[in-house]
Order: sequence, then C-alpha cells, then structure tokens
Amino acid sequence: MLDISSHDVLLIGGGGAGLRAAIAVAETNPNLSVAVISKVYPMRSHTVSAEGGAAGVIGKNDSLDEHCYDTISGGDWLPDQDAVEAFVKEAPLELMRLEHWGCPWNREPDGHIAVRPFGGMKKERTWFAADKTGFHMLHTLFQTSLKYDAVARYDEYYATKLLMDDGQVQGAVAVELSSGKVQAITAKAVIICTGGCGRVFPFTTNAAIKTGDGMALTYRAGAPLKDMEFIQYHPTGLPFTGILITEAARAEGGYMLNKDGYRYLQDYNLGTPQPTPVLRSMELGPRDRLSQAFVKEFERGRTVEGPYGAVVHLDLRHLGEKKIEAKLPFVRELCLKYENLDPVRELIPVRPVVHYVMGGIHTDLNGATPLQGLFAAGEAACVSINGANRLGSNSLTECLVFGARAGRAAAEFASVQRPPGRHLLAQAAEEEERLQDRFLNKSGGRERIATLREEMQKTMEQSAGIYRSGESLQHAAGKLRELQERFEDIGLDDHSRAFNTELVAALELASMLDVAESVIQCALQRQESRGAHQRTDFPARDDQKYLAHSLVSRQADGSPVVSYAPVTITRWPPAERVYGK
Amino acid sequence: MAEQIAVEVTRFSPERDKTPSIQSFDVPLRKEWVVLDALNYIKDKVDGSLSFRWSCRMGVCGSCGMMVNGEPKLTCATFLTDYAPGPVRIEPLKNFPVMRDLIVEINDFLGKLSKVKPWIIRQKEKPVTEGEYLQTPEQLDTYKQFSMCINCLLCYAACPVYGLDPMFSGPAALALAQRYNMDSRDEGKEERMDILSQHDGIWGCTFVGECTQVCPKHVDPAGAIQQYKLTATQEWFKSFIMPKGAK
Repeated sequence: MLDISSHDVLLIGGGGAGLRAAIAVAETNPNLSVAVISKVYPMRSHTVSAEGGAAGVIGKNDSLDEHCYDTISGGDWLPDQDAVEAFVKEAPLELMRLEHWGCPWNREPDGHIAVRPFGGMKKERTWFAADKTGFHMLHTLFQTSLKYDAVARYDEYYATKLLMDDGQVQGAVAVELSSGKVQAITAKAVIICTGGCGRVFPFTTNAAIKTGDGMALTYRAGAPLKDMEFIQYHPTGLPFTGILITEAARAEGGYMLNKDGYRYLQDYNLGTPQPTPVLRSMELGPRDRLSQAFVKEFERGRTVEGPYGAVVHLDLRHLGEKKIEAKLPFVRELCLKYENLDPVRELIPVRPVVHYVMGGIHTDLNGATPLQGLFAAGEAACVSINGANRLGSNSLTECLVFGARAGRAAAEFASVQRPPGRHLLAQAAEEEERLQDRFLNKSGGRERIATLREEMQKTMEQSAGIYRSGESLQHAAGKLRELQERFEDIGLDDHSRAFNTELVAALELASMLDVAESVIQCALQRQESRGAHQRTDFPARDDQKYLAHSLVSRQADGSPVVSYAPVTITRWPPAERVYGK
Repeated sequence: MAEQIAVEVTRFSPERDKTPSIQSFDVPLRKEWVVLDALNYIKDKVDGSLSFRWSCRMGVCGSCGMMVNGEPKLTCATFLTDYAPGPVRIEPLKNFPVMRDLIVEINDFLGKLSKVKPWIIRQKEKPVTEGEYLQTPEQLDTYKQFSMCINCLLCYAACPVYGLDPMFSGPAALALAQRYNMDSRDEGKEERMDILSQHDGIWGCTFVGECTQVCPKHVDPAGAIQQYKLTATQEWFKSFIMPKGAK
C-alpha cells in the first residue's frame, strides 16, 4: 500500500518561490534529483493572482539604498536590514533573469523594461506585465521549469507530515489525491514554499488553497514561526468576493474617495492631494496606513453603506479608457464581471481585505530554518524583509530572490548528505494509519468542517483585524482552543480514497487552526502598535521592548508559546515613519 | 425562504460506480453567486463528498472549468442567475477522462504542453548582468495575446478535433507554442516546427473556431493555429527550392 520514492531535494509548494527554488537546485548541481510536491497543478498556485508588479531598482535616478530605506521604513523598522540589503541587491538580477526566460514585462517605446510607481516606494521601480504580473511570472517559471529533466513533479499531492530523523528533516509524507495513496517521499533537504494563510480570515483576496499548510507542517515539526501577528489588509478589495483591485490602480493615478467624494487620506497624515500621483504620499502611502484610515473614516460616519458593509470608492474615471485598457485591463475585466460596473465611467466600491501575512517560518538569509535539512521561502517564510508591513511589489520579487537562495543553499546542503534510510517508512506508515483512523475510517464524528472553519474565521476577523485589543485577543485564544478540541470530533461525509477533497479540507482546517493560534498568541503578547499590528490598548510603538521578532513555538500540549529575537539593524536606525512630506 | 435553483451535478466514484450519474440539489439563488458558489454551498452544507477543483475564484488560476448546461465555462466567472429558473446542469469538462465527480484527468495536456517546448530557446544566452533583450511594445503585442492562456482547458472541451483524435496537440498547447515562436527573444521556431509536424499537430485542426469562442481570456487559439499552418506551409515549400540545411 505504502509507496516510497527518494530525491535529493524536495520542494513542497510549486508557486513562484517553489519553482524558482527548483530551478536553482537544478542549476546549482545538475546531478541532484529535485521533486516538487504541490496540492494543485503548479500553474494554479496563488502567485497567479498577483497583479501589480515586482520591485527591483533599475531606473537611473534610483538607488539600492532608497529601496532599502522604503522597505525598512515601510516595515516600521521590523525588517532585518541585512536581509533587506541582500534582497534589494539581488532583486534586479532576478527580475532580469525572468526577462531572459520570457516574462512579458511591459516595455518603454525603445524596448527597455518599463517600471511603474507603487505604494510606499519613493522611486518608480515596480516591473509589471500589465496588471497580471503574478500570472505571467508563474507561467514563465512553470513553462521554463519544464525544460529541466532533473525536476520531477508530484502534482496534486498533499503533504501531511515532515519525515524526521534525529532532529533532521528528511522528506515528507504525502497523499496522492487522485488515488488516495499515501506516499513517503524522502530527501536530503526539504524546502517549504507553500505560501500564505489568508484563508484563516473570512474576507480575503487569498485563493482557497492559502491555508498555511507549510507553516503548520514546520510548526508541528518543532521549528518556530516568526512575526505571525502581522497580517496585511490591502485597502482595496471588492466587497463580497474580496477580489483584489491592484495598488497599481492608485499608482496609475486613482483616487480614494469617501461618501462625500473627498480624498480623505489627506486627513491621516499622508500628504496633500495633487491631481497626479506623488510617490510615498496620499493614495501611494503604505497599505497598513491606508487600511487604518478606512476604519477611522468608518468611525466618523464618512464611508458608504453597501449591501456587504461599509465601502469607500476608488475613482479611476479621470484616467480614461485608453490608459485603463493599457495598464489596468484586469481591473476593468474584474469590475465588469463581478461588480457589473465599468471603471471607465463608474466608481469602484472597495474595502480593506486580508491579503498577506508578513510572518512565516523563521529562516535565515539562505532560507535555512533552525531544523537541519529544512528550508523555506516566499510568503510561507519570514526572513524577514517585510517586518510589520510589506510594501506592495516586494513579495513577488521576494519569491524569486529567496526562492533562488533557498534552492542554492538546499542544493549545497544536499550535495554533502548521505541518503535517508528506509527506516523512515515506519513514520510514514504511522502517518497513514493516523489519516485512516482520524478521518477516513472514522464514523460518528459530530462536527462539520465548514462550521468550525466559519467559527475560526469569524473569531479571527473580530479579534485580529486592523485594530486589536488584549481583551478580544484573549477571547480569541480561548475560542481557538475550543475549536481545536472540537476538531477532534470531526466527521467526514466522504470515506472514499480517490480524490477525497473533503479529507484535504479537513487537513487544511487543521493547518489553519494551528496557524490561527500562532497569530493570536503573537498578537496578544506584543503590547505595542507597529505597522499592521495596531493595539487599541497599546497605541504607540515601543522600541524598548518590542524592536524584536516574535518567535512562536508549539508546546507539547499543542498550545503556542512566544519568545523574542533581536532585529538586525545595519545602517538605518529606528525613526518615525513619514509619508506625504 | 429565499428563491432556489435546482443544480444537477455529475456524480462518479471510481471505487463505487461503473458509470456517472446525475444528482440534483436545491441551492439558494443569490444574485451575487457564481456557479462555483453553488457547488461550495452543496459541499459545505449538504454533501461534503462532492468533489471539484477550484482555487482563486477570480478567473485566473484555471482550476474550475466545467460544462455548464453543455458549454465549457469557468464556474467562478459564470453567474447562477444566468440560468434561472433552472435547473442548471454541471458536468465535468468534455473530452477528458473523469476521475471523480467533476474532476477530470488533464495530464494529457501537460504532456502536450511540454512537447512544444514552451520556453525561450536561444543559440546563445547572454548573462543577466548585461541587461534585458530589447523588445518594443509593438513586438510584445505580436505574442501577448497568446501568452494570456490560463490552461483552463475549456478549449479542449470545445474542440471537435480533440474529441475525435486524442493525438491532436490541441488549441492551448499550439497557442503557447506560437506565443514563443512570435516572441522576438526566441530562436526556437524551427525546433518547434519540426516537433509539431512530426506529431501531426496542426493539420488536424479544421478551423472550426470553437476554441476561440469559449476562451475566457480571448487568447484566440484558432488564430494561432492558422498562423502556424501558414508558416509551416512556407517552410515546406522552402525545403523544395532551397538546398538542405539552408533554412
């Protein structure tokens, strides 16, 4: 019943970071066998949904130091500055590599790469492929990966457990979804690139698959997650669906208007309104500040009441049809399809929506985690370059830079390791038994997946939203413990093996509950306000106590415990974040 | 009680059933709901065993293609109210083997995609430190449309040729081959041409154009195939009038 296969490096996750890492392994040492496990076909990965662009210094009037400063101040001084420096330096080369692989970047009339402005960035440095940048990057990476024979794919496999030998990670157990067969896939090094966990919240831009699986796998294996309290709300999501309207809409000149048609961001220390976009000002302020301004505007009664709650308006009408078609065609397509309105002539209703998690698996600059043999990159990881608030267009580049770094590091590590032993099979057999006993062969469970999931999501929105308080977080911590207990009594309608998507949903819920607990515990312990983490009971930033990364680990009873690690400061001492000046 | 619509879905379990059957569910008819929302309603509230693929629910990941009342559609971009008062029938994508309920086996496409070498081929690669290959907006426009393919495979479900001849490379793979052929950075056109003429790729297409009609991203695979045929014919003639090897 149980299958075993062996590779040198195993990727879990086949999105932007995973595919970049896989190619890096193949190029670092062509003798290595690389495998990519993905619960979806790689080109379905959520990188596909990224719209606006990818940051990398290329303009003659730009500099690496300015990109560093924007990223560090944007992250409210929580990013590690050595990581940011490495990131910024390698960013243009990685984006150029993608150009060589065929990514259809937008161009200047003379054929050079075109860049656009983006939120929180003082210079124009965001490379873009219209407003489908993530889609084009992912398909370029996927199609390019097809030429590497060394890369084996396990499409539609769901990893349920990391295989461990004496504290060292040596592969994973995965379910082949088509057959339901459990397989042990051993490897000398494992890289986790499973992306974020936006689905722990009810209203998110994140695809259904963003359930924090890789974070949970790592957390259960004993490695800490870092800075999980920092959840990014993107200021412009469509109501009801949560579909993202890219920040590029504002970068191209869109206005944010309240119910009076007033550009309200001027009331929130973000600068004075000008007819055309001003960098690091107004609509091009950072996402955390814009989402917070929405809440304040709501409290003042100046938002618009819509069928799905309060909204403000994004106004693109003055950009004209030609510019919208050339630079923002997907925005128009999405508005026409899902809101039945044309942004060329009408206002777009928008509200803040959960978009990204700054936190993730604790890694060093090469993607290495504290567990031997385990690496991570992309949104699943936290190096950290994003700190308390990520700047738009840094994350796609992060997938490339740190995907490549993790790939190279894992390849070097794997090159000098002995192959894992067959004794790991026993662990895999145990895991297979667990899946059968807990889910597939179990009858009489009284709890429904969707019920628990909805309760978790509601808890997270109420307690860990744009503004949080100790009281609400305390309540959420208790509620999540309760949901963990109730999960023990889960019951499946589906007991078959072939393509049991309900089993996947149950395992995803288990991942999300663990990740949700880590978010709440980090948020509860951090008694200050910084970036995307705003505590109503501790409204100021406190560098004395909290210029530090939260590291959350799982205790024997499953509950989370938080400790702190210092932030690396190289050349930019902590200062006030200033926008609009 | 809100208004309801009958949603009829294909059920098939390879462990239990010899042939697929249809099961009907009553689902609330909400104006903002797409067909995928109805399927998720069934899965969450009524029968957790209903199996289907989905992810981004914004029409770009390409996971949720199914037949809706006989037409291939992205179910996340198809509104339920368009089918009121119902019933609306949801079936797995045509022309593919069914694995379970609404899930089809698509590995055939992935094999065909790899075969057309959908990556930039160059005689000599320049180092990234030397910067970009210049490409004007006009040069970008020549292939951009073909690069918009999300691999949703609605075109294969609509293609009468693929339905009859599974050897046919099919619309998406050919459009993607053409996407690279037309890219000013690429030098692999002849290599791809050789492969495609061997695998009786393009000659199977009779230009019925169903693929272009159903494409949710306006890729126009039929146009790509026509372009391709034209070039191939020219190459074929050239091989007669020019000495061997001097393409």
